[in-house]
Amino acid sequence: MDASVKRAAKSKRPSKTQDNLVYAAVWLACFAPLVWLAWRVFSDDLGANPIEALIRQIGVWGLRLLLVGLAITPAARLLKKPRLVRFRRTVGLFAFAYICLHLLTYIGVDLFFDWGQLVKDILKRPFITLGMLGFALLIPLAVTSTNGWVVRLGRATWQKLHWLIYVIVPLGVAHYYLLVKADHRPPLVYAGILAVLMGWRVWEAWRRVRRS
Amino acid sequence: MLIRHVPDLTDNDVTDRALYLRRREFIGGAAGLGLMAAAGAAQARDLAYGPGFSTTEAKTPKKDITGYNNFYEFGVNKEDPSENAGSLKTRPWTVRVDGECEAPASFAIDDLIKGNKLEERIYRMRCVEGWSMVIPWVGFPLKDLLAKVKPTSKAKFVAFETLMRPSEMPGQRWDTLQWPYREGLRIDEAVHPLTILAVGLYGDVLPNQNGAPVRLVVPWKYGFKGAKSIVRISLVEKMPRTAWNDLAPREYGFYSNVNPAVDHPRWSQATERRIGEFRRRETLPFNGYGEWVADLYRGMDLKRNF
Repeated sequence: MDASVKRAAKSKRPSKTQDNLVYAAVWLACFAPLVWLAWRVFSDDLGANPIEALIRQIGVWGLRLLLVGLAITPAARLLKKPRLVRFRRTVGLFAFAYICLHLLTYIGVDLFFDWGQLVKDILKRPFITLGMLGFALLIPLAVTSTNGWVVRLGRATWQKLHWLIYVIVPLGVAHYYLLVKADHRPPLVYAGILAVLMGWRVWEAWRRVRRS
Repeated sequence: MLIRHVPDLTDNDVTDRALYLRRREFIGGAAGLGLMAAAGAAQARDLAYGPGFSTTEAKTPKKDITGYNNFYEFGVNKEDPSENAGSLKTRPWTVRVDGECEAPASFAIDDLIKGNKLEERIYRMRCVEGWSMVIPWVGFPLKDLLAKVKPTSKAKFVAFETLMRPSEMPGQRWDTLQWPYREGLRIDEAVHPLTILAVGLYGDVLPNQNGAPVRLVVPWKYGFKGAKSIVRISLVEKMPRTAWNDLAPREYGFYSNVNPAVDHPRWSQATERRIGEFRRRETLPFNGYGEWVADLYRGMDLKRNF
């Protein structure tokens, strides 16, 4: 084989350092909203009702990261960059972390560990019912996110389990939609993005079926 | 149960001493910024205080009262009204009072301010979203205005219509609610001495984001009942339409009395966060004004008439 071709083939695969740099950038990007929010808390920049603003903001970032997670596979396919999919776990776990923090702030700061009120909220307020359901479904995905669990469950079972994300993200969007009093445009933007990401998958599946 | 509110106050309790001593600042012809100056009246006038209606609880800081608002005409976010309401022109302004009355009339806003005895009323304000404030309004009882037009026996309700002016109210360019914003009261609620039309805040002119130049304040009801930037008050025979009830009748009833026992699908009404406080506090029936208003609803099922 010609040496220049060899070099080209080699250069397609990024070096270890490059790989680590990209990873670091993804981590920083996922961390940035939290740092920004923490800074706003300490500089008293969250308005007259900082607790509500904080809970809302952390939740919205959790939802955004869930959607970014769902966008990775289509992006990898369309941009012909298959290695992008290695970020799904990172982004998904960050989304889980934000959602945990969202829930903790609600229970620990807003309700101040009033467990009776929490139970009432879950039973009586549809947006909280759906949010909690989404969170509960997210836990097994976070737990089984390691390579070890992929082996333990077997690739096919693991894959099926993780299809739960197609239920969880719609629950997250519905959770946001039901919270809003009158102006549904912001949650509808998220619903629109979700519809595109899910639509792409349906279309792909349909193409695969037709081909076979 | 912890009772935080002691409604039986003497007149001396109504205004704290420091504020009383600063009363001349509020009269304020001198600075040209005071309420009376804005009303075009140079003469000195003492603010009178309500007969025991003002609370002695710590007042919410002015920056929070003027920076955290639900006034969807200027946008749906809490900071939108303070950012966008500057464009609203509140002069000239007339309030039409008509309907089932003998002497319907239109009042220029400055005549309305000059022609009524202004009082400071420090009221709790409980938002349906589960937060509350303590707000020092300046205003006059709605009944004083209604008396001027001589309501007839057919006047069973009062309908409030607020400004429709999309050029100055950017939120009206989108149908979040059916514009103009409408509210309503039963006639006995409207003539209750607690019910006021506010034209000032913290002894100064009412800021635009708080409903300038004139707004309704009904302290035992959720905040959204307090129609802002009112242009028309009609005495009517039938229960009038109201903006939030039109949007979601299951969530927002006509009465909308503060009631910790009647839940909202989005918010528990059992507790509230007082702006500036960390822990939630218990919400009181009728927002703590029950001793004066509970009688209005005797015999009514308040769970059904929420």
